Parts: sequence; structure tokens; C-alpha cells
Amino acid sequence: MPPVIEVRNLHKRYADKVAVDDVSLTIQEGEIFGILGPNGAGKTTTVECVEGLRRPDRGEIRVLGLDPLRDQAELTRRLGVQLQAGHLPERIQVAEALELYSSFYPRPADWRALLDDLGLADKAKTRYGKLSGGQKQRLSIALALVGGPRVAILDELTTGLDPQARRDTWDLIEGVRARGVTIVLVTHFMEEAERLCDRLALIDAGRVVMVDTPAGLTERARIGQRIRFRPSRPMDDSLLTSLPDVSGVTRQGDMVIVSGSDNALNAVTTVLARNQIVAERLRVEQASLEDAFVQLTGKRLESGAR
Amino acid sequence: MSTLQGSATWRLVKAESTLCVRDKVAPLWGIGFPLILLIILASVPDLRQLVEGGGGLTYFDLYVPVLILFNLAILATASLPATLAGYRENGVLRRMRTTPVGPARVLAGQLVANLAIAVIAMVLFLATAWLGFGVDLPQHPLGFALAWLLAAAALLAIGLLISALAPGRAAATAIGTVLFFPLIFFAGLWGPISQMPPLLREIAPFTPLGAGMGAFQNAYLGDFPSVVQLLTLAAYAAVCGFVAVRWFRWE
Repeated sequence: MPPVIEVRNLHKRYADKVAVDDVSLTIQEGEIFGILGPNGAGKTTTVECVEGLRRPDRGEIRVLGLDPLRDQAELTRRLGVQLQAGHLPERIQVAEALELYSSFYPRPADWRALLDDLGLADKAKTRYGKLSGGQKQRLSIALALVGGPRVAILDELTTGLDPQARRDTWDLIEGVRARGVTIVLVTHFMEEAERLCDRLALIDAGRVVMVDTPAGLTERARIGQRIRFRPSRPMDDSLLTSLPDVSGVTRQGDMVIVSGSDNALNAVTTVLARNQIVAERLRVEQASLEDAFVQLTGKRLESGAR
Repeated sequence: MSTLQGSATWRLVKAESTLCVRDKVAPLWGIGFPLILLIILASVPDLRQLVEGGGGLTYFDLYVPVLILFNLAILATASLPATLAGYRENGVLRRMRTTPVGPARVLAGQLVANLAIAVIAMVLFLATAWLGFGVDLPQHPLGFALAWLLAAAALLAIGLLISALAPGRAAATAIGTVLFFPLIFFAGLWGPISQMPPLLREIAPFTPLGAGMGAFQNAYLGDFPSVVQLLTLAAYAAVCGFVAVRWFRWE
């Protein structure tokens, strides 16, 4: 089956800086594909080129076999878009906006059902300008889906939502995917990427660092586990760094933090026992995508969404 | 497909009209204010005197077309540019670019909505003056209708031009306000054109509202508007419209 979205060697520079420096992506039908990276990494520019809102300097893009610039009219009928900064007139009511947008499409989804799905039913008569940030966000998701698209690109899906609304939105997105819609998710929110995405592209400084499943990414970063403990008596780090399963040892106050493969815990406890050291307050953490990201790019993601 | 597009366009016009009314600028300043002014002026006896060189029209008679132009000027300098520049500033047009409808039809919807409000105002003012205060309708209705259409086109084109050139909503509002006063001055809001100083009297027929007022006056007296008046209005519509379209930015 041909990919739903194919991006090859995309380049885009603005007057003063290179925003996208050689990005290639292949997105398959029916998957939830995440584009993850810190602010300014080129995520939004990449998807705006895919949406036909920006003209790439170089590179090729195909969405459902269409050229986003040349075939924009056709593309808009099949692609649902949620813009990071895209708004509605202040005085339009929620239901009016949905009804209006649904009239633009040849085979729209049922906008009343979307109103319910996104928990906006009691806001149907409220003006856009009077909605809270989270409600505006939910309305923009509804508008991205109202055309009954085959592909939906959602930029910063749950930014500004409270935790409950965020989880509800994730359920909704999974429901949409279950109906066969391919979803591209631009995010810097780790939990969201881990929970929703089948595959992820890690983007940093305009380049794709890696494309893999969330589990694959953490595995490739080779930080399967992180073990924290307080040694019962002073110990030398070299005791642990010499172990093949251990990739790093750091200190935080009187705590020792060991990262390593999934076998690290066994190796560490064995060595400690042999040296009559008790690991007090022992805690084992599975490495998160966030750790993988730091490991792979040497950078920290913006934690604005938390 | 054509019924789909028809319904999308119709819904846009409907939505834009609703928003225009909710915005309050058009209904309050474009219709309500001139209507109240008309009623107040009707009760001033001095205004019922004939204007010198007015061809048998009273001061009050002349105020009816002036207020019709006032309405057009408010829509063109206050309502339309602020709305469109705001749409661009807030990403409304950008959002439309990602839908099959495209942003051009949003503009069209805005223009039609403003035009609809202007028609309502025009009919309302004519009817009030006629039924309420005995001002005769224009004796050359066809000439009047044509003059009104061209005046509306010229002014809405000016409104589009402001939207195209202003960087944002605040600037569009400022430019519109500054432009409003000289425009409406030449319609004769503060006194008939025939009583202006010679230089201004020379300029007036070549300003959009001066030309519009001249054309209306002819139609009231039973004459078809002059070619110069109609061409002046058409030229404003064409030139401003062309520049506006060339310079318009979606974002």
C-alpha cells in the first residue's frame, strides 16, 4: 500500500534561519504518527508544508498521492487540519462554526455528534470569544474532523487542556483512528506521544534524529532502566561503571543514580551484596521517552505542556 | 458539487451577516445613528427652507442622500476594514485556506453582508423620509439605483484597500477613522456642497462621496446622473479594487 504521506528531503529556510534542514518521513495508512521535538525544531514548518500552507525551498511532498501546492483544492477535501494558531471570528457561536465548516465539505461528519464527543454540547450557543482556552482547543479539534477527513494533522493537540480533558481527547483520537483516519500528531508532550503514537519521528534543529516506535526509541537510547538508591556506606562509582549492563552512574546528593539495560538491576544488586552495601530507598524507574530524547539529542524538551 | 458550493457560499454570507450585526458598528453607527439624525433634523424648521442653487430641494431633502452616503462610509471605513484586518490578524483567513472553501469566499461573504446591510439602510432611510416627513422619492429611480450601486462599489473598494494596506486591525480602524471625516465632508454632511468655498467646491465632484452626492441630487431632481459623476465613482471602484486585490495578504 502506498504511504499516506511521503516527505522527501524537505528544506525550508526563513529570512534569518533554516527551519527545516532535510526532513524525510513516510506515514502509513491508519497509523498515529507523532512528530516530536523541542520548540523551534521545525515541526510546525514541516506540517505546514504538508498542508500546503508553505512552499518548501526544496524537497518533495505527497499526501494521498497529491501535491499539497498544485492539488490544494483536492487536498483540502481529504485533509483535516488543526492549526497551532488558527482562529475563528470572536462573535461566532460554537454550533454556527461547526455547521458552517461542515457545509464546506462534500461528505462531512455529523457535527452534532462531534459537539457531544468533544464535550461542547452545552457550549453550542456560546461565542468563540467567550470560550476558555481548553474549549477553544476542543472546538479546533472538532473543526479538523468535521470534514470527515482521511488524514488529520493535529498541531499541539492538547496544549492548554486540563489533565481530564487531555485524557478524554486521547480517547477521542483513538476512536477517530479506529474509524480508519490516519493521524499526524505534532507534540512536545511526552506522555501524549507515548500513549497515542504508533511511531514517532524525533526532530531536532530541522532534522529527523530518529523514527521508531516509542518503545523502540527508548530501547535505542540504551537507557532501559534507571535505578536510584542511597548506599548504606560510601562507595566508589567504578564498582558499578565497570558492569557491562550499566551505561552511566551519576550522583544526586547522597543518592546514586544508575542507568542501564533491563538487566542492570540484577547486576547492581549482586555487586552491592558482594560488597556488603545495602541499597536504601531503592527505586527502579523505566526510562521514559523524555529520557530517550535527552539521550539522543542532548537537549531537554520544553515542558510547557505539563 | 455546485449545490454544495452554493450552500457553502450561502452559509458564509449568512454567517458573515450575522457577525456583522453582532459587531454592532454597522447597525448602530451605520443605521441607527443616521436614522436618529434624520428624525432629529426633520424637526428643525429652518432646514425646510430651499437651498440656494439646490434646484428646489430643501436642506432637509438633501440630508436624505447625505445620510445614505453616511451609511456607506461607515461600512467602508469602520465595519469592513476592521473585520477583515482582524480576520487576517487572528488567523481566520489562514484557517480557511485549509478548507475547500478558501479564503476568497470569506471576503466575498463579507462584501455581500455589507452590501445587504447597506440596501436595508438605504430603503429604510428613503421610506422614513418619504412616509414620515414627506420627502419625495428620487424622481429618477433608475438613475438613483445606478448611482447608489456605483457609490457602494467605490466605497467598499476603498474599504478593501484599507484592509489590504493596514498591517493589523488597530491600524485599519485608525486609517478608517481618519479617512471617514474628509470623505463625509464632501458629501455635504456639514453643509451643502453648493455653499462650500470655491476651491472645495471644485474638488468635491472628484471625491467619491462628492460624486455620489452629485449623482443622487440629479436623480432626486429627475435627471440621470452625469457621465462624469458615474465615471468618477466607477474609477474609484476599479482602481481601489484593483490595488486592494493586488496587495491583499491572506496572513
